[in-house]
Order: sequence, then C-alpha cells, then structure tokens
Amino acid sequence: MFDDFFIRALVAGIGVAFVTGPLGCFVIWRRLSYFGDTLAHSALLGVTLAFTMEFNIAISVFVISSIIALILIQLQKKTNLPGDALLGLLAHSSLAVGLVVIGFLTFIRFDIMGLLFGDILAVSVNDLLIIWIGGALILLVLKLIWKPLFASTVNYELAEAEGLNPDRAKAIFTILMAAIIAISIKMVGLLLITGMLIIPAAMARNLSSSPQSMVIYSIIGGLLSVIIGLFTSLEFNTSSGPSIITAALLLFILSLFKIKQSIKLKN
Amino acid sequence: MSTDQNILVKLNDAGLQLNNKWLVKGVSLQVEKGKIVTLIGPNGSGKSTTAKIALGIYKKIDGSVEKYTNKVGYVPQKISIDWTLPLRVNDFMMLTESLNKETVDEALSLTGVIHLKDKNLGDLSGGEFQRVLLARAISKKPDLLVLDEPVQGVDFTGEMALYELIKKISDELSCGILLISHDLHTVMSATDHVVCLNGHVCCSGSPMDVAKNNEYKALFGEQASQILSRYQHKHDHIHTDEGEIKKN
Repeated sequence: MFDDFFIRALVAGIGVAFVTGPLGCFVIWRRLSYFGDTLAHSALLGVTLAFTMEFNIAISVFVISSIIALILIQLQKKTNLPGDALLGLLAHSSLAVGLVVIGFLTFIRFDIMGLLFGDILAVSVNDLLIIWIGGALILLVLKLIWKPLFASTVNYELAEAEGLNPDRAKAIFTILMAAIIAISIKMVGLLLITGMLIIPAAMARNLSSSPQSMVIYSIIGGLLSVIIGLFTSLEFNTSSGPSIITAALLLFILSLFKIKQSIKLKN
Repeated sequence: MSTDQNILVKLNDAGLQLNNKWLVKGVSLQVEKGKIVTLIGPNGSGKSTTAKIALGIYKKIDGSVEKYTNKVGYVPQKISIDWTLPLRVNDFMMLTESLNKETVDEALSLTGVIHLKDKNLGDLSGGEFQRVLLARAISKKPDLLVLDEPVQGVDFTGEMALYELIKKISDELSCGILLISHDLHTVMSATDHVVCLNGHVCCSGSPMDVAKNNEYKALFGEQASQILSRYQHKHDHIHTDEGEIKKN
C-alpha cells in the first residue's frame, strides 16, 4: 500500500499534523513564530550537510537546528541586541550560507524548489518511519513536560516559585522544535514549516476556550489542511507545501466567522 | 518537635544586586510552620524582592536561602498573563498541580469566587482575579504560602474576610505564611513576626517590638506607631475576675 507515492505523502502528512498541532499552540502562546522560522531557515544548512556527507537528512537537520538554537541562546545572553534582530541575523545568514554551499556542490543534482516548498514525490518509506517514530517521541516528551512548560508560559515566576523547573522545560521544548522541523521538512519545505505550526493553531484559537480544546482543534485543522492540500497538489500539480499552507489559510479564514459570532453574543 | 524542624524557609544575610545596585541587602529571616511573618516597608524597599529570594526565583543572590519544602503556594504582586491564551479559571487553578474537582471548588468557595469557575481569566475584574489567585495558592494545601499583597483591589468587606481566611488557613493547615501587606491594622492583629524593610532590615520582631522602634517611627510616621500601640495596649495588661485591670 505504501508503493503509491500519494499514499506515502498522505500518511507522512497526517503524522506531521498530529505533532505540529500541539507544538504550534505553544509556538503561538510563547510567541515563538520567528524562532521557528529561524530554525527552519537554518535547516537548509543541515540538508546540504546531509548531501555532502551522505547522511540522513532528518538527523542532520535536527543537529544543525539544535546548534543554531544553542547559538541563539548564547547570543541572547552575551549581546545587547534585541531578540528579533538576533533571530533575523541567524535566519538569513544560515539560509545564505546554505545556498552558497549548495552553489559549490555542483556534482549533486539539487531540487531547490523541493527543499524550499516541499515535495510529496520525495517521501520514502524510510521517511515515513522517521516521521511516525520521531513524531511519537516528540509527543511523548511534550506530554511529559506539558505541566511545567504550560505553567511557565502562563507565568514564569509562578512556575519557578512552585518548583516546576521552567528553564529545563524550555530547553527541552527548543529541542522538540528542532525535531519537528527536521521530520517535516520534506513535506512542507523549509520556507513554510512555520506556517504549518502557526496557521492551524491560530485557527484553533478562534474556536476554543481552553488550552486542551485549542490543541485538539489545532490537530484537526492540521489534518484537514494536509488532506485538502495534498489532494489539490495532486490534482493541479502544485508543490505540496504551498498547497497545504493555502488550505490551512482557508480554514483560518473560515474560523474568523466563528469568533465574529461570539463577539456579537458578548455585546 | 524541635524548632529547627518547623523551619520552612530561612534567609541568611540574603541580598540581591542588579546592575551594581542593591535591591535589598542583608536580610535574615525565617518562616516556621503555623507562623505568619509579615514584611512591611515603603515602596521600593525590597519587599517583593525578598519574597522572591525566599521562593528561589533569583539564582544569583548574596548570602543563602535554605528551603525545606517544595509545597509552595505563591500569590505574586504583579502578574502579567497573556490574554491570547484561552484560559478559564478552572484551568488556571490546575496550573502547577492537578487537583480534583472538590479541592478546586472548595478553594474557590473559600475566597468567594466559585461562580466564576468557567469564566475566561481575561474577563475577570482586578479584585475577582486577586481572589482567584489566592484560591489557587491555597488549593494545593501548601506548607509555605508566600502572599505578596494578596488583597490588592479587593473590596473593603472582602479584604477583612480574606485576611481572616489567611489567618484561618495558617492555623488549620499549620502552614507558614510570608505576607507582604500595607495594611498595618491587619499586620499587627494577625502577625507573629514583623520584618520592617527599607533596602535592608531596619527592624524586626513581634509587632509590639517593631512599634516601639524609632527607625520604624521615622519610616512610617507617628500615626502608624499609634496604630501599633493600640494593639500593644491589648497585650500589656490582663483583666482579673474582679474586673480590675492588672499590669503584666
């Protein structure tokens, strides 16, 4: 059944959506949109590294993104630049270095478009294993750190005072972000991964009144985006990433009608 | 039980420096089970900082903190909650510990906000939110409660009731309370130990001792001292069976 590339893409996309749903909620709650973007941009370096060393793409992207996250934390401590400037610096310089390195690798045929915007044809059975096993691990770890992570998202000092160790939860969450980017890069492409994290979660915010319901709506939104996006991609021969993100955007627009109603009720 | 086993948190000559400026310096105090220790002092005297040092929120401090419990309830002075979070009162109650429904309901009833349980946190008024904060802190039945101006913004009758509740909690749970309050009446009637701060400990002791202190009078003025002496009056004599007043 996994012989068909489309089935493989669908199974991969569904696996990704289950993980981006809850992580995306935290990206919105903790205002990490640009942090996700930075990690995703740095993924290009990871991909080139994987090609030159003939290494697994997901693992190499995971390692490079984690290193960039560590560099960011160090820069935040040691410099006086604001966070968004540091994020922009790292995002664009790592993307640029990645593209320059690709220029040198003339002996390898690169599908740049596929890297940037996702390529459903590229999803192999191996990738499926990485997505589903890696995804399950990410969700398991997220469940374990949920309480301290969520409490410190609401208020850092409360979490620290009541003994929840929020710094550790934050560090682990950073690693989870690098991991989700690594496993979803082939599906969505590195320019659009953050969209997959944010847009379904943003849609979910419009529909939910508790953190748990927001996570559930976010997963449902992600699943619908993947399914609708991939069928469109197949039908119109468009890149898979933009198709999925466009589907997510449509769902977000639909969700706007729902908040409008609740605001009317309030008044 | 010896006194030492009753100590919940102990500050030894603790202080905090930020950008070469001392926020607070040389504070030594201890909170014991069933006792209420109150920090008083003018704005910017380091009360909240001292509370946060006791809680272990600051890592790079001078001196040392010995904390003997991890069951802590905290009501911060300022709390900025991002209203983009979909958070109901009920979710907030379970923020740092999962509690069963009865426990949550009981705590919310005690502070008089059970009717707000399913409301969005962002829709509460200042006083309502303050009551929820207090309910959350007591619901987990902590050993140590740190209350930083817990009744700010609460209406007058509510204020009295909440202070009575705090006193009751301290007795019933025999938990130690580190309280920051501006209300000297309350401080004096319900506190076991007062620490008067002004960047450093300017004086400390029982409410009566502090009232007599000249530094305290200089800091708060003569009127504040009179508030204290009224309470002091309660304690410096006894009424005999014959209706006579007898000095201690």
